[in-house]
Amino acid sequence: MITKVQKKSQIKVITGNAAAAIAAKLARPDVVAAYPITPQTEVIEQISQFHANGEMDCELITVEGENSAMNAVMAASLAGGRVFTATSSWGLVFMYDAILAAAGARAPIVMVNVNRETPGIIAVSSGQQDMISTRDAGWIFLIAEDCQEVLDLVLQAYRLAEDYDIQVPVMVHYDGFYLSYLSEGVDVPIQEDVDRFLSVLKTQPERTKLVPGGRLGCGSHGILGGYLELRHKHVSAMERAKAKFQQIDKEYEEIFGRSYGGLVEEYRMDDADVVLVGSGSMCGTIKSVIDEKREEGVKAGLLKMRMYRPFPSEAMIKALKGKKAIGVVDRSLCFGFKGGPIYTELKAFETKLGGSKMISFIDGIANTDITKINVATMIDTTCDLAAGKNVREVTWVSYPEAQEEGGL
Amino acid sequence: MSEVRFHGRGGQGVVTTSKILANAFARTGQFGASFPMFGFERRGAPVTAFGRFSDKPIREKTQIYNPDIIVVLDPSQKNSPAVFQGLLPGGMMLLNDADNKVGVSHENLRKLGIINANKIAVEEIGLSIPNTVVVGAFARMSGLLDIEPCCEALEDYFSGKKLAANIVCARRGFEEVELFDL
Repeated sequence: MITKVQKKSQIKVITGNAAAAIAAKLARPDVVAAYPITPQTEVIEQISQFHANGEMDCELITVEGENSAMNAVMAASLAGGRVFTATSSWGLVFMYDAILAAAGARAPIVMVNVNRETPGIIAVSSGQQDMISTRDAGWIFLIAEDCQEVLDLVLQAYRLAEDYDIQVPVMVHYDGFYLSYLSEGVDVPIQEDVDRFLSVLKTQPERTKLVPGGRLGCGSHGILGGYLELRHKHVSAMERAKAKFQQIDKEYEEIFGRSYGGLVEEYRMDDADVVLVGSGSMCGTIKSVIDEKREEGVKAGLLKMRMYRPFPSEAMIKALKGKKAIGVVDRSLCFGFKGGPIYTELKAFETKLGGSKMISFIDGIANTDITKINVATMIDTTCDLAAGKNVREVTWVSYPEAQEEGGL
Repeated sequence: MSEVRFHGRGGQGVVTTSKILANAFARTGQFGASFPMFGFERRGAPVTAFGRFSDKPIREKTQIYNPDIIVVLDPSQKNSPAVFQGLLPGGMMLLNDADNKVGVSHENLRKLGIINANKIAVEEIGLSIPNTVVVGAFARMSGLLDIEPCCEALEDYFSGKKLAANIVCARRGFEEVELFDL
């Protein structure tokens, strides 16, 4: 007797890397091209295994370096294929010219970047400096907090990148080491649900594609007015991506039951007086410390950035307006500026925040742990700012020497 | 939430011990998170891993500085100050050791479990890889888990004869661990 099995999603204890690989598999890409690099290697190992087992019906190109990986997926994308690649740190900057070219060609690539410190100082350690080094490339950037969000964001990224009204490559970032090697329970959706979620793309007009032998050039070459037109269209598509991503997050919830609030996630923000702005894996720790601070009567909240490019300024202003004080936590540096990159960018909107004061915290660089103690210090300092005390503009939380060395 | 720190050497399956336990907790509807100390892992070199186990979702993404439980897979580290660093009052320790006399002490240590995991592993799988024995012993000592979800979790890491042998390892760990109240 055949009993009908009710298929449903399954909780699996897997790493962030495995979550990324499984999400890529569920998206059914036509072409995957990638080169291994710590801490991303497991993503490629898993995909190779799926491919070898026959679980993934894609062209898997094991290229000789990251530059070729990006060129290969760009070409496949321009030929109309769904593509996936993954990298980190040195790998990301080794494909830098191709990253710019893919954005200019509006190739809807989905790439995972497992955040790690970048060249300059050799360090096999976590940090968002690699993300910052490509922030003006014209890609959409999404950032995950935990292994579940890694899986969810990769699936959402396909809907965003390949949407006919967007057609911009998407990079999904997650913290190397902290998430890449963290094993935790992840609700892995069934294939039919993912197919249904992505099927919306099939109802849209087909994007222009390169056909071998066809009389069509793909990519963009523009001089003067042509260049301006293409750039302006790209900037406009980035702006449209904000509302589109909000919509995708809602549709994702309808099918999979999980919503994160779209561009930003607000945690205990409604009645918060002081707010930390963060991104990535630090946000889980911040939420935990906020709960403890709330027990002590401190009205603290978290604004988590899920989208970093385009910069979700409207959503951030809406969430932050009227708060007494804001501490922005950056896991990277903005050379030439004292504060971190997200702080520096949010500062551009300071006059729209209704008098909220802002300070910058730099922490989590090169695997320095953003501990609960560090987060408590950041909240306390932000409370001091709210109370009108004299607080320094920039604090290197794990490097107190910075405060003595002067210059900041 | 229980915070657990694992100490051993590359090749003993230290990180996998923590992963299997996280997996077992998830099978009971609870939550588990496992991660290695960040750095290069090499066969024979000291390895540290972390585990958080809870009946509520685990959000913290930091290393563990004040463990409730320490698990030592490598007996040569049993008296190392690094092993006891930050141990909270009322702490537990699970030790893989051929010597079943209480040879460790710490002001915060209240419960000790000793299991000769290497011996059991050699008998059952023919290799001195103690991790699955330690998984079973952990379930018994901590009282946080039954042995069944631990055995089920092994299915995600082994298959065929290896799976059967490692299930025996876990069950023997659960049954044969000696517990001492300090």
